[in-house]
Amino acid sequence: MTDSKYFTTTKKGEIFELKAELNSDKKEKKKEAVKKVIASMTVGKDVSALFPDVVNCMQTDNLELKKLVYLYLMNYAKSQPDMAIMAVNTFVKDCEDPNPLIRALAVRTMGCIRVDKITEYLCEPLRKCLKDEDPYVRKTAAVCVAKLHDINAQLVEDQGFLDTLKDLISDSNPMVVANAVAALSEIAESHPNSNLLDLNPQSINKLLTALNECTEWGQIFILDCLANYAPRDDRESQSICERVTPRLSHANSAVVLSAVKVLMKFMEMLPKDLDYYGTLLKKLAPPLVTLLSAEPELQYVALRNINLIVQKRPEILKHEMKVFFVKYNDPIYVKLEKLDIMIRLASQANIAQVLAELKEYATEVDVDFVRKAVRAIGRCAIKVEQSAERCVSTLLDLIQTKVNYVVQEAIVVIKDIFRKYPNKYESVIATLCENLDSLDEPEARAAMIWIVGEYAERIDNADELLESFLEGFHDESTQVQLQLLTAIVKLFLKKPTETQELVQQVLSLATQDSDNPDLRDRGYIYWRLLSTDPVAAKEVVLAEKPLISEETDLIEPTLLEELICHIGTLASVYHKPPSAFVEGSRGVMHKRLPARTGSGESTESPDVGTIAGGSGTETAPSIIPSQGDLLGDLLNLDLAPPTTTGPPPPTSGMQMGGMDLLGGGLDSLMGDESEPLGGDIGGSAAMGAGFGAVPAVMPASLNAPMGGGLGDLFDLGGGVGMPLGAYIPPKTVWLPAMKAKGLEISGTFARRAGVIQMELTLTNKAMSVMTDFAIQFNRNSFGLAPAGPLQVLSPLSPNQTIEVSLPLSTVGPVMKMEPLNNLQVAVKNNIDVFYFSCQYPISMLFVEDGKMERQVFLATWKDIPNENESQFQIKDCHLNSDAASNKLQASNIFTIAKRTVEGQDMLYMSIKLSNGIWVLAELRVQTGNPNYTISVKCRAPEVSQCVFQCCEAVLKN
Amino acid sequence: MIHSLFLVNPSGDIFLEKHWKSVVSRSVCDYFLEAREKALDPEDVPPVISTPHHYLISIYRDKLFFLSVIQTEVPPLFVIEFLHRVAEMIQDYFGECSETVIKDNVVMVYELLEEMLDNGFPLATESNVLKEMIRPPTILRSVVNTLTGSSNVGDKLPTGQLSTIPWRRAGVKYTNNEAYFDVVEEIDAILDRTGTTVFAEIQGVVEACVKLSGMPDLTLSFMNPRLLDDVSFHPCVRYKRWESERVLSFIPPDGNFTLMTYHVNAQNLVAIPVYVKHSINFFESGSGGRLDLTVGPKQTMGKTVEGVLVTVHMPKTVLSVSLNATQGSYTYDNATKVLVWDIGKLNPQKLPNLRGSLSLQTGAPKPEENPSLNIDLKIQQLAISGLKVNRLDMFGEKYKPFKGVKYITKAGKFQVRM
Repeated sequence: MTDSKYFTTTKKGEIFELKAELNSDKKEKKKEAVKKVIASMTVGKDVSALFPDVVNCMQTDNLELKKLVYLYLMNYAKSQPDMAIMAVNTFVKDCEDPNPLIRALAVRTMGCIRVDKITEYLCEPLRKCLKDEDPYVRKTAAVCVAKLHDINAQLVEDQGFLDTLKDLISDSNPMVVANAVAALSEIAESHPNSNLLDLNPQSINKLLTALNECTEWGQIFILDCLANYAPRDDRESQSICERVTPRLSHANSAVVLSAVKVLMKFMEMLPKDLDYYGTLLKKLAPPLVTLLSAEPELQYVALRNINLIVQKRPEILKHEMKVFFVKYNDPIYVKLEKLDIMIRLASQANIAQVLAELKEYATEVDVDFVRKAVRAIGRCAIKVEQSAERCVSTLLDLIQTKVNYVVQEAIVVIKDIFRKYPNKYESVIATLCENLDSLDEPEARAAMIWIVGEYAERIDNADELLESFLEGFHDESTQVQLQLLTAIVKLFLKKPTETQELVQQVLSLATQDSDNPDLRDRGYIYWRLLSTDPVAAKEVVLAEKPLISEETDLIEPTLLEELICHIGTLASVYHKPPSAFVEGSRGVMHKRLPARTGSGESTESPDVGTIAGGSGTETAPSIIPSQGDLLGDLLNLDLAPPTTTGPPPPTSGMQMGGMDLLGGGLDSLMGDESEPLGGDIGGSAAMGAGFGAVPAVMPASLNAPMGGGLGDLFDLGGGVGMPLGAYIPPKTVWLPAMKAKGLEISGTFARRAGVIQMELTLTNKAMSVMTDFAIQFNRNSFGLAPAGPLQVLSPLSPNQTIEVSLPLSTVGPVMKMEPLNNLQVAVKNNIDVFYFSCQYPISMLFVEDGKMERQVFLATWKDIPNENESQFQIKDCHLNSDAASNKLQASNIFTIAKRTVEGQDMLYMSIKLSNGIWVLAELRVQTGNPNYTISVKCRAPEVSQCVFQCCEAVLKN
Repeated sequence: MIHSLFLVNPSGDIFLEKHWKSVVSRSVCDYFLEAREKALDPEDVPPVISTPHHYLISIYRDKLFFLSVIQTEVPPLFVIEFLHRVAEMIQDYFGECSETVIKDNVVMVYELLEEMLDNGFPLATESNVLKEMIRPPTILRSVVNTLTGSSNVGDKLPTGQLSTIPWRRAGVKYTNNEAYFDVVEEIDAILDRTGTTVFAEIQGVVEACVKLSGMPDLTLSFMNPRLLDDVSFHPCVRYKRWESERVLSFIPPDGNFTLMTYHVNAQNLVAIPVYVKHSINFFESGSGGRLDLTVGPKQTMGKTVEGVLVTVHMPKTVLSVSLNATQGSYTYDNATKVLVWDIGKLNPQKLPNLRGSLSLQTGAPKPEENPSLNIDLKIQQLAISGLKVNRLDMFGEKYKPFKGVKYITKAGKFQVRM
């Protein structure tokens, strides 16, 4: 008597047989047949051919049969919209049924039939059900509004369902309130700016009352909604906290975490000296610990969130280190997260315990976990100074195990320890040198070479060691090559007499035999330095290095604040703002923590002020374009007399001194910024920051394909057959290295042969190699999307710069942005994901077939209402009308006709955007007057401003 | 909200799909299956996976993957909690949660899933409510249904759905009114090589089986409620009373439910009931090694330790073992490298011992990693934290119920490092 019988088939053909059974007179047989159909459906078989037969069974008194038919309908209505209409009458009738269960079922099912035609019939029954006397029906109807909104948002707004839904927040039944909140939240997600959930003290009070009485799921919706409220002052904040706190003891972990979110957020407003503040802090720890005894999947999400909480408020869990100790049978994803939190909680008080644990983990089976454990020991050493010695000795113990990957990880972290505590632990170098041969990973090799170079004077056979690496120079990765070059130069400066030969060898390897421009450039710089002024070289290469920072991989404070507001969501699991990756959230809605109000108390502690100040200043990820333009202009000027494109081939031996290899700017640059260039590239994040201080000048002056003279050379090489002289704005820095862990991105947009290209310059200013680049765009006004993957084939070594051209398509998802030509971009590499936004010149979207027929032009011009016309002035343009016309044509702005009236040239132009929008323009040029007037007419007037800016940019360049 | 659910068996076949919004192609599961391939163990599959258009949140329960598809920002814990609820519901309805059982009852499972969510919003997840809407199968009922043509689907609105106590249905009637409470404590601990406690905590749970007529209002009090500073309650428990009086006051759901879970983690309160003397040595030559294990009782409060089971995860290169157990029996699975020693009851007079030799793969070096040892055990009639129920009072009904409390202590994740 099991359902598996529904899966047995006969030879005759299943569908045929089912059809016969569905049309049988016997009720029982019918029901069995529908069950068979449903069973097939659940395993993914296509039984849509039976649609009419199943729908015929719908008119029945048997509730089970009815429900079964509904299940079928929901699945297949979309594929058979015309047939689905057949069901409408039954639904409408059922919505009047005296049994509330049937009414609710009907309205619920109808909402699930995603067919436009049905939605029209749904409105009336839905309106009735929203006001139904039975709360069960009302609560079902509330959800139905969300469903309908998903299918046809306009209809929901027009019918006023949103207002009805808002009214339901004040419903007497808590379950109805909860569902109304849930539905509104879902709708609000697709309308980020709409003020759907208008929260005020009265509605908050209602929500808090419902919170105590509704189901666990309803509590989650209500808590998530509460978290969006901004209390007026600390008193209100406290009273909300007090009413939310009991939720921390709920059995449902999602309720607990949502409550934690509300508390973490509202706590921000409480004065720190308040007793309640301390009580609240104490109350937060136990529920978080309890989450860690739940199922591993729950633990994982909890741990990701705890990671954020620990960064924001380390005091909450500082005594709970032990619960993060890794258990043997934890899944690997839990182990890695626990490890991360252990390091964040490590302090002088508990470091002994932590180290003992980490050492234990370093002997486990899982390689990834072991590696991370070894790294963690290094991080502890850097974080807790008192423990450094113990950490080093632990690492030495681990090196003694001779397990290959353990040794390599240990050497990488010891290098960082050396940087943090110079001249302290160098006694261990001998032990490290013993393991030279077993190192096969680039990072470990580079670290070892750095150590040898840095302490060359203390290692007797440093030259031999480095020489041994030099033998296989060409097979090494760029990271190792660069490091080897630097290390040998350091060695030479320390022991010049014995190592002259070695340094010459490495310099010639780097400059003559290598294809890598970074390596070559660095080689030349050293070469010149050594040959012109060895004293300066010493100052540069052996300069004092900046200390590396204590805490690595902390989340940036503004992002952390935003993520705290998103505790419990996917954003908190991925540690990324939701705007960056969730498809459903259309548009950016940055949440921030509320500032403390202090409510007139003068005893505000000083750091309160900084918090408030910090959240007050907007640190938008976008780069101000004007600043970038300025930089571009400056560079254009500099580059006016095109210098040599690359370093000239080295002439004989060391006689390069007199030649001005890199233009006059270099010397002063080196003088000013000797530190970052100097020697140490294997350092730290601080290093990247050091470079970041010289914004873009270095890479740009070395190889910058700018709009100017040099740029054109590159451009010609890049795009064959492009329209001559199409305007390409100069590259601007979109993502400074400071914000992206050492990755700097500058770029521009170009249109070549009808293809929109995003041209990027990626510069690695961090200490480690970057790989696995990928790029993604947020929805944008014109549907720009990458047409292919980001082609960064070889890993990007430290200090390397590459040029990438990314073809774009205009068929991506569309969403109107503000400003219109704003583009939000996410770039990923092996280190992290970074976000920035940039603005593209709208001229990139002007298509080649944008030339309108004269007649059509006239008609269209008249057709577009006058209020859509806007006028702009272009000042200081010294072109005659023909030159202007040619220049514009190159950017696909086509002149259709020209008229001369009283010494004034009128150019009529048409432009077609990639999404088919036509823009018409009239340009008036008066001979002798450098000011032009341009009138732009378009059915979509919001593009006018952008078009004008483009014309201006094109004409002026 | 939750968009779709797929049930996937260990070999990667999707054997059930349910969509609460539009239909999502099952090809979306490929991303999951890929991650499944990569993981060494099914338990290691990451619970949250992102794909270009969806997020996949999954749990692994009873050797099955419950995989949900979501499209918008949804709290992942909400999804995971819900998935666990689905697994529990299947267990509750059909006695076990397995592929066979689900396939045998596929239509009913499908109907239940439809009742549990509407448009991805939870609708009815309380077992009491669900059982009123769709009655669980019994042999008798299916026979009756076949004869009379009546169905399993209730046509009345479940009473609990909208009351402020959604977990209890109205009109419950029993001839024998009884209420049982099981206090179950699990010890999670890590002991280091020397037997020192690195970490120990107790996960406690009070499971209830309440079969009382009408609308009973119960009050449960403890002798030593101070132990409980970290608790989570079933929604029925009145939090205010707990805050002020430290008693559990509640109108119980009908049948089995988890009344409360708690957590004792003050180290000195956690007694460690057994100790293990162990030595494992591998010869420098790398050809083999020796193992010697002894288990003995430690802090047992005078109770007998039963069901002792020692599991050792051996290094990968251990090919076979040749051991001698003074009590119980042992097995060694060469595929998973797991040695299991089933001891049974612990006799303090004659401590069980397992010793003998291990042989390694020929030519394999001396293993680098340390094996780790897990212990299972059970102690009847003892809550190791010392928690004791004081009394249970009932208000609101006239009859006299039969009451019972049982204690049991088990090992949770109890690990000894070797």
